[in-house]
Amino acid sequence: MANIDINHLCRLAQLALNDAEHEAVRGDLERIIAMVDQMQAMNTDHVEPLAHPLDANQRLRRDEVTEVVDRERYQLGAPATQDGLYLVPRVVE
Amino acid sequence: MQWEAVIGLEVHVQLSTKSKIFSGASPAFGGAPNTQACPVDLGLPGVLPVLNAEAVRMAVMFGLAIGAEIHPYSVFDRKNYFYPDLPKGYQISQFAHPIVGPGTIDVQMENGETITVGITRAHLEEDAGKSLHTSYPGMTGIDLNRTGTPLLEVVTDPDLRSPEQAVAYFKQLHALVRYLKICDGNLAEGSMRCDANVSVRPLGAEELGERSEIKNINSFRFVEKAITFEIERQIDILESGGKVQRDTRLYDSDLNETRSMRTKELSDDYRYFPDPDLLPVHLTPEFIAEVKSSLPELPEARKTRFTTELKLSDYDATWLTGDPEVADYFEAVLATTDDAKLTANWIMGDASAALHRDDLEWIDCPVPATELGRLIVRIKDNTLSSKLAKTVFEALWAGEGTADEIIEARGLRQLSDSGALGDIIEKIILDNPHQVAQYRAGKNKVLGFFVGRVMKATQGKANPGRVNELLLELLGSWGQSKGAE
Amino acid sequence: MNEFASIGELARGLRRGDYSSVELVRHYLARIQNNASLNTFISVTEDEALIAAAKADQTLQRGKAGPLTGIPLAHKDIFCTQGIATTCGSRILENWIAPYDATVVARLASAGAVLLGKTNMDEFAMGSSNENSYFGAVLNPWDNSRVPGGSSGGSAAAVAAGLIPIATGTDTGGSIRQPAAFCGVSGIKPTYGRVSRYGMAAFASSLDQAGVIGHDAQDLAVVLSLMSGLDPRDSTSSDHVDSWLESVAESGLQPIDEGLSIGLPGEYFKDLGEGATLLEAAAKELESAGCRLTEISLPHTDAAIPAYYIIAGAEASTNLSRYDGVHFGYRCENPKSLQDLYQRSRSEGFGTEVKRRILTGTYALSVGYFDAYYLKAQKLRRLIQQDFLAAFEQVDLIIAPTTPGVAFHTGDLTGDPVAMYQQDIFTIPASLAGLPALSLPCGFSNGLPIGMQLIGAHFSERQLLETSALYQQRTDWHQHHPEVA
Ligand SMILES: [Mg+2]
Ligand SMILES: [Zn+2]
Repeated sequence: MANIDINHLCRLAQLALNDAEHEAVRGDLERIIAMVDQMQAMNTDHVEPLAHPLDANQRLRRDEVTEVVDRERYQLGAPATQDGLYLVPRVVE
Repeated sequence: MQWEAVIGLEVHVQLSTKSKIFSGASPAFGGAPNTQACPVDLGLPGVLPVLNAEAVRMAVMFGLAIGAEIHPYSVFDRKNYFYPDLPKGYQISQFAHPIVGPGTIDVQMENGETITVGITRAHLEEDAGKSLHTSYPGMTGIDLNRTGTPLLEVVTDPDLRSPEQAVAYFKQLHALVRYLKICDGNLAEGSMRCDANVSVRPLGAEELGERSEIKNINSFRFVEKAITFEIERQIDILESGGKVQRDTRLYDSDLNETRSMRTKELSDDYRYFPDPDLLPVHLTPEFIAEVKSSLPELPEARKTRFTTELKLSDYDATWLTGDPEVADYFEAVLATTDDAKLTANWIMGDASAALHRDDLEWIDCPVPATELGRLIVRIKDNTLSSKLAKTVFEALWAGEGTADEIIEARGLRQLSDSGALGDIIEKIILDNPHQVAQYRAGKNKVLGFFVGRVMKATQGKANPGRVNELLLELLGSWGQSKGAE
Repeated sequence: MNEFASIGELARGLRRGDYSSVELVRHYLARIQNNASLNTFISVTEDEALIAAAKADQTLQRGKAGPLTGIPLAHKDIFCTQGIATTCGSRILENWIAPYDATVVARLASAGAVLLGKTNMDEFAMGSSNENSYFGAVLNPWDNSRVPGGSSGGSAAAVAAGLIPIATGTDTGGSIRQPAAFCGVSGIKPTYGRVSRYGMAAFASSLDQAGVIGHDAQDLAVVLSLMSGLDPRDSTSSDHVDSWLESVAESGLQPIDEGLSIGLPGEYFKDLGEGATLLEAAAKELESAGCRLTEISLPHTDAAIPAYYIIAGAEASTNLSRYDGVHFGYRCENPKSLQDLYQRSRSEGFGTEVKRRILTGTYALSVGYFDAYYLKAQKLRRLIQQDFLAAFEQVDLIIAPTTPGVAFHTGDLTGDPVAMYQQDIFTIPASLAGLPALSLPCGFSNGLPIGMQLIGAHFSERQLLETSALYQQRTDWHQHHPEVA
C-alpha cells in the first residue's frame, strides 16, 4: 500500500487535525485504503469507466434570466458581510 | 547568446449570453455587490448546475470559425481549490474532453507577414467572483456577481515568438469573437482576459525552457509590456547563470513588472474529475451543421471580398474589416451608393474622425448609413462639392434631417449650370480689368483670384470644376476678342 | 386514532370527517413530544404545521383533497426547507436556513402534505447507524440500546414508532433501505434520476437519490408518485415518463396479478444466519402467490464496497468543499488568516466520519492515485451494473437481504469504520448501478425486525411496489409495531 501523506491531504482538503486526531485518522485511512485495495486484484481490462448510472445526455437550458436575486435573504446566514460583500481575513496576492 | 522567446496564450473570452452558464442569473456587468448571484452561483447546499444552450452554441461557432474539430462528446470536470471568490470550492471547467479541439488562427502582422497560430483547444467554464482588497482594514470583500459567467478559454500552442506576435494574435482573436458576436470584446470590463505562458531558450534549441505563467492581463498594451518584461527577466536570470523557476506571476501595470503570486502555490493538485452533477454533452452532426450555416462571414473572407469584388486596396479592406461593426456600416452605405472607394474614404476619414471626436462606437454613429449613402450619391451627381458635402455631413451628425432635406433647407446645391455660373463669371471679369490684364500677360496664377471671387459670390456653392472650365473659356475668349481689336 | 395507520387510512378518515387535519397534526405532534428521547427529530415545526393543517382542512371541506392533503409528513434534514433550519445533522449548518425549498419539499407541500419537522440523520448522510449526528444518536424504537440504522435513521425510527406516518429519506449506499430494515418499516430508493436532487444537500451526486419511508408499499407508491418526475433544475433527473406512476396517486397500487420471475443471487445469501431462513420463507410466499424463483449470480458483488467508498468519498470530498466558513454556515471564532478560517471552520464544523470520508476521497482523486482508485472504481462500477443488466435479462426482480443482520448495539462498530462500511454490503450494489430497490419487513429475529430487499431494473418501480403489495397482502410483518410511549 502506498504511504498516505495525511498532511498533504489535509492541506488539499483544508482540514486541521490535532496530533491525536492525526494519528487516529492515519490508522483509519490505512485500514480503509487496505480494504479498498481489494479492487486492485480485480480485472478491469477493456472496461469503460461508469460515471453516471443512467446513460443520458446533458439537457440544455434556454438562455433566459429566470432568477430574481434577493441578496438580503441569501446573506441572512452569512458569517460576515458588509455593504453586501462577504468578508474574509485579508487575502494577499 | 541569442535567445528565443516561446509564448503561448490562454485567453478567457466572456461569452455574451443573457444568463449565466449554469444558472438563470444575469451576468450583466456593474451590478451592486452580490445582487447578481443566485443560490446556484453562491453554491448553497442542494443547488445544481444546468448548462446554458447558448454557451454551447457559441463555443461551437468559435470552433467552426477557426476550422477546429468540434468534439461530439465533451465532459465538464471539477477543478478543486479553495479560494474565497470560488464559493463551491471548485470551478466547473472542461479538462480531459473539451468541446473544441485543435484548430488554427492566421494572424496578420503589421509588416504584412502572416503567422499561423495553433489552437490547442477551447473549453467552456464558469468564471469566479471578485475579491476587493482595499476598502476594509485587514479584510477582503467578496463580490460573487461575476461567478458563473460563461467563459470560453482559448488555448494556443506555444507558437508565438515575440510580444508583438502575441499582441497581434490577441487582437485577431478579439476581432474574431466580435465578428461572431459571441463576446462584446470590452477589455476594460474584463470581457477578454489573457494568461501568458512565457519561456526562453537559446535560439535554435529544440527543448523548451522552464516557463512562467502571467495571469489575467486585460489590455493589448499590457500583454505586450508584461511579456516583454518577462522575457527580459528570464534572460537576465539565465545570463547570470541562474535557473528560471516554474511560477505563476501577476503583471503590475503601475510598476511595469511581473511578480510571483504566492497564494496560488497551495493549489498544485486540482484533483480534476467529471462533475457528477452534469452529464456528458453530446452534439449531433445536425446541430453542428445548423450552427455552421448560421455563421456570419468571417473577417478574412470579407476582406478578400472587399479587395476582389469591390477593388479596394489591401489597406482599406483591412481597415474596414478589423471591426465587424465598421464593415457592416460600410456595406450598409454601399446599399445606397456603389462607389466603394469614395465610401471607404468617408468612413475612414470624416466619419471615423467624428466618432473619435465625440467618443462614440460605430454602433452609436448618429449618421444613418443610408444618409451617408445619399450624401455620396449627391457628390457623384455633382449636387455637392466635397466642401459642401462636409457641411452636409456635420448637419447629418447634428440630426438636422436627411441629406436631401439638409441640401434643400440650407440651399447647399452646388452651382454647375453654365448659364447662371457664366453670368457671374462674366461680371467678375468685367469688374476686374487689372487682373484680366495680368492673366493676359501670362500670369496664370491670377486664375486663383478669379476662382476665389466666384466662390465668394456663390457662397461656396459653385462647382469648382465647372468654375475652372468656364473661367478658362471666358478669359480666353475675352483675350481673343480684345486682341482682335 | 391509530398512530400506525397508513396514509391511505388517514386520508379516508380525513375525508369521512373522523378528524380534521389540525387534530391529526396535534396528535402526531404530541407523540413526537412524548417520544423525544428517541431523538428522531432535529426540528419540529409546530406553528407552521398547524397553519398548513388548517389550510388543508379548508381544501378538504371544499372537496378538493388529494391523497396527501392534510397528511402529516417529515423530511430528512438534508432537504432544504425555506425558512426552516436545514442542518444535514452537522454543526457546520447548525444555524443555516435555506432560502429555498427542495423540489421534493415543494412538490409534497403543493400536494397538501403537512410538514411536522425535520428528522435526524448521520452527518451529511454519512453513516449506517445514526451515531454520526451532531444532534445526537437516534435510538431504535424496538430496542433503545440499538441503532436505528442510517443515515435516514430519524425518518425510519419516527415512522416505526408511529410519530409520523410517512417520511422522506435519501439513499446513497443504503441509507433508506438499511434503517427501514432495522426499524421494521418499508422504504424505497427509486431509480437514480427518478426524483429530483435539487435542494437535497449533496453527499455523492452520482449515487444520491431521494425516497420514502412508510408503513407499506401502498403508501410508498403514493408519496413517490407525488414527489418524482423531471425537474429542469436537476440535469441528472430523468425525463422518463411513467403513466403508471402518475395514476397511482389517483387509483392506488394494485397487487400484481401476473407471476413474475424472481432471482435469488447466491452471493447475497452466503453467510446469512437466521436472516436466510426468513428470506427463503418470504421468497416461498411469493412463489406460492405465482412467482417463479430462480438462482442467479452477481459475480462482482465483492467489488461493490471498495468501489463505493472510493466513488462516494471522491464526490463527497468536493461536494463538501463549499462548507468553508466564507459564505454561509459555521465560521470559527477570530480567524487569524484565510487559511486559519478555512481549516478551523471545517475542522470544528465537521465530525470525525465526514472528515474521514473527505480525506479518503481527496486521496483517491489526488495526483498519482486517480487512475488506481477513482478510475478503477468506476470500471468496477460498470462491471457491477453489467451484472445486474445481465440478471434482468433472466429475471424480473431480485430478492436479497437488506442487511447482514439485525440492528446492532450503539457503539459496537464506532471504533472500526471498515466494519461499519460492511453493513452496507447488500444495499450498495444497487446504488452503484442506479437501480430502484426497496426494503420490506419480512420477519423477526430475537424480537428485532429483519428486512427483505427487492431490486428491480431501471424504472421498474411498478413491479417492485406491486410485488411488495402482493407480499404485504399475504403477510402482516409490516403491521408489527414496537411498544412506545
Ligand atoms: Mg488556464
Ligand atoms: Zn480558465
